[in-house]
Amino acid sequence: MIKLTVNGAERSFDGDPDMPLLWYLRDEAGLTGTKFGCGQALCGACTVHLGGSAVRGCVTPMSAAEGQAVVTIEGLSRDGNHPVQVAWRDLDVSQCGYCQCGQMMQAASLLTETPKPTDAQIDEAMAGNLCRCGTYPRIRAAIHQAAGTSKPGTSKPATKGDRL
Amino acid sequence: MIHDARAMAAAATTSPETPSALANVSRRAMLGGMGALVLALSWREPALAQDKADGPKKFGADAMPHGWQDDPKVFVAIATDGTVTVTCHRSEMGQGVRTSVAMVVADELDAEWSKVKVAQAWGDEARFGNQDTDGSRSLRHFFPHLRHAGAAARLMLVQAAAKQWGVPVAEVKAENHVVTHAKSKRTAGYGELAAAAAELPVPAREGVVLKDAKAFRYIGKTDGRAESGRGQVHLIDNRDITTGTAIYGIDTRLEGMLYGLIARPPVFGGKVASLDDSEAKKVPGVVKIFTIPAPAIPSEFQPIGGVAVVAKNTWAAMKAREALKITWDDGPNATYDSVAFRGELEKAARAPGKVVRNTGDVDGAMAKAKQKVEAEYFVPHLVQAPMEPPAATVRIKDGFCEAWANTQAPQATHDRLAKTLGLAADKVRVNVTLLGGGFGRKSKPDYVLEAALCSREVDGAPVKLIWTREDDLHHGYYHTISVERLEAGLDAKGMPVAWLHRSAAPTIGSIFAPGAKNQLPFELGMGLTNTPFAIPNVRLENPEADAHVRIGWFRSVSNIPHAFAIQSFVAELAHAAGRDPKDYLLDLIGPDRSIDPTTLGDVWNYGEDPVRYPIETGRLRRVIETAAKGAGWGRKLASGRGLGIAGHYSFVTYTAVAAEVEVDAKGVVSVKRIDIAVDCGPQVNPERVRSQMEGAVVMGMGLALSSEITFKDGRAQQNNFDGYEITRIDAAPKELHVHLLPSNDYAKPLGGVGEPGVPPVAPAIANAVFAATGRRIRQLPIRNQASA
Repeated sequence: MIKLTVNGAERSFDGDPDMPLLWYLRDEAGLTGTKFGCGQALCGACTVHLGGSAVRGCVTPMSAAEGQAVVTIEGLSRDGNHPVQVAWRDLDVSQCGYCQCGQMMQAASLLTETPKPTDAQIDEAMAGNLCRCGTYPRIRAAIHQAAGTSKPGTSKPATKGDRL
Repeated sequence: MIHDARAMAAAATTSPETPSALANVSRRAMLGGMGALVLALSWREPALAQDKADGPKKFGADAMPHGWQDDPKVFVAIATDGTVTVTCHRSEMGQGVRTSVAMVVADELDAEWSKVKVAQAWGDEARFGNQDTDGSRSLRHFFPHLRHAGAAARLMLVQAAAKQWGVPVAEVKAENHVVTHAKSKRTAGYGELAAAAAELPVPAREGVVLKDAKAFRYIGKTDGRAESGRGQVHLIDNRDITTGTAIYGIDTRLEGMLYGLIARPPVFGGKVASLDDSEAKKVPGVVKIFTIPAPAIPSEFQPIGGVAVVAKNTWAAMKAREALKITWDDGPNATYDSVAFRGELEKAARAPGKVVRNTGDVDGAMAKAKQKVEAEYFVPHLVQAPMEPPAATVRIKDGFCEAWANTQAPQATHDRLAKTLGLAADKVRVNVTLLGGGFGRKSKPDYVLEAALCSREVDGAPVKLIWTREDDLHHGYYHTISVERLEAGLDAKGMPVAWLHRSAAPTIGSIFAPGAKNQLPFELGMGLTNTPFAIPNVRLENPEADAHVRIGWFRSVSNIPHAFAIQSFVAELAHAAGRDPKDYLLDLIGPDRSIDPTTLGDVWNYGEDPVRYPIETGRLRRVIETAAKGAGWGRKLASGRGLGIAGHYSFVTYTAVAAEVEVDAKGVVSVKRIDIAVDCGPQVNPERVRSQMEGAVVMGMGLALSSEITFKDGRAQQNNFDGYEITRIDAAPKELHVHLLPSNDYAKPLGGVGEPGVPPVAPAIANAVFAATGRRIRQLPIRNQASA
């Protein structure tokens, strides 16, 4: 029997201890905000916080979650207003939105460890999170906005060109 | 009102066990189903179909299966609390269509944005009009009709108030959710009038007056809102997406739901030779293992066979699938080798092929030319790889099949489910979820049919069938593989007097028709036949090519190889002529003029009327000039840096990209800056036009620099995102500038937005690499070709 907390609630699991945390969250706990994208820790769509650190749920076996606190996008903030969530909405970062839960969980973890990241630090921390829609420029801008490190003129999408 | 409150409520309860996950979607009442066939739309080509039809040729939405609808009672519902629910009949896959459709209807309705919600239509084209979400068509085809629906609903509110107050309709106005009679100072909210308005007949079309564009509240107003303070219109699904409550195809949850995975033949056209499932059956949680027969080829949108595993959770299904011992009969494509096949395409491109456009005398002019230039360009197979792989849930209960799927083609999915299960059309319902990306992959309903086969095997219990990333890369509907051969004869000034282009590539037609070897008109019309250069002698040929895998639509489709080849070749000619590539490209486009695409042999023109949508070379020129100006074309660059440019016409929109790259000492190419200019005609949601261009640049960079699917022994060689490399954030340019060409005349026709950003990206980058290093890129992806 594996005991853990998910978004603050105590839970137990008596299935296959090899089951990845991703599938436990989605199939057993009914928390579908954590997404499947690759199953091999190559895309970051399944990023959650385990014991306070960002991990890939698709390669984290349930046995590793024993006694740990798991936080998913559904529990990132009480009201959906974590600074990254607010910035994501403010800059309309999302296109299809599928990868964005993982992006935000990774970004939140980055800001916990590095409250004022540079572009290079953002790229390093976020390089494991794929977005096929190509929202990277706005992800960078949103992280800066959440960190309060936006450069002048980049509170709006960083990609803005001149309207002719 | 306007009826749909009732229809929607009915829809929401159609299934006795409407999944709570779907019902929970806060800003979206998921109505259900899916629509029609995207791909097939291209397949059901208007031009071909109408050859046999009587009457005038139809274009645009008129020519699409099931055409369009504009009934306010279908698209608008107003609750007594004033909540306006707009039904979106097009699939949301990141293009922002749910927001844009709502903006159009809400604007004409003069609704307050905070009171607007969106409901997703199920697949029912007879009710909603065409639902094939592909071809960059949603707003292009439905803008006037959605406006009409909103305006008609507004008129019904006005009529209801006038009737209630006993005053002339002409004295009553509806504005920002309030209906007013100024003379008597009476007002009523939309919600108060909804019930009365719903009882009124839908007004005759000619009596409905659309807004003057100057009065638009939302349409065209989303750009630059940070400066103007107009901040009210954000993505309508923003909160759901950012809190993890948005529901995609993979997120459906139903009572008693099982989970399915399929081991498919590793070679297209193969089948199961023998199966030992004894170990797989021992995996706890396994419910059913069964064989799906391989279809006849061409297999269109049918499942390709294999062995299906149904289990109590995804993990059990994965473990059981791994434990299957299957020997495969690889079938006719067992030896497909994409490296060797490239040689076959080159051979084909070096011999005459089917002539698809012939102007003047190319051979005669070539013989007299002062200089001759020739080059061949190669683009490999690609796969769409949306972040959410194909996924669908199907339940068959009491003779009724209900599906939830991330589909771009709800009606096609509906029709094929009915056929596959032997059910009447009214015994099938296809609910459309959000799509975690589509890019053409989810236009094919094969995976929904797989889910239905699984459900049928477990007595109709709901089964969620998912594809892993490996499934997605190994069993796709791939972008074609192509060799483009170009030859030009130049005059004394270095301008071409003769132009020969042979385009060899397996056709999408091969998934429908046995032995199809030539590109279809819609493929040729994607940047081959309709290239608007001012050259006196032009011959375009299409040599035959066989298909050994399923070929499918990939965002911007044949425009990718055509634009890469043509825009690279133009830069090569400029170099041969000793001229600036931007100036040379503009000279080649020639004076501003309107060209009827049919005079270029393009009978397709993206399905649009050649009179309403001629090719306007001035618009192409302007986007090229705009991108060049944005990039500071001609400025002095640091060593190792180069600027490249490309312009392209696709989906009746004009785009150009100027790319600045840096090539380091090891030959590694990095993109430092992109300027992309777009003229897509009038814009409904400029902010989303920007985001589509940003995304197209990033996707275009991936296929330019690193993405490739190769085949050996018939098997795709890339398994996951380690082998199939797409752009990551650290490669995305720090400077990405989108330039929207102004266009405020909403009487003019709209162009496409979702796809046209992609084609000019790769050639602009390749041309920049040449400018930086002198190395000419003639094959994609570029990878390390710039290394010494």
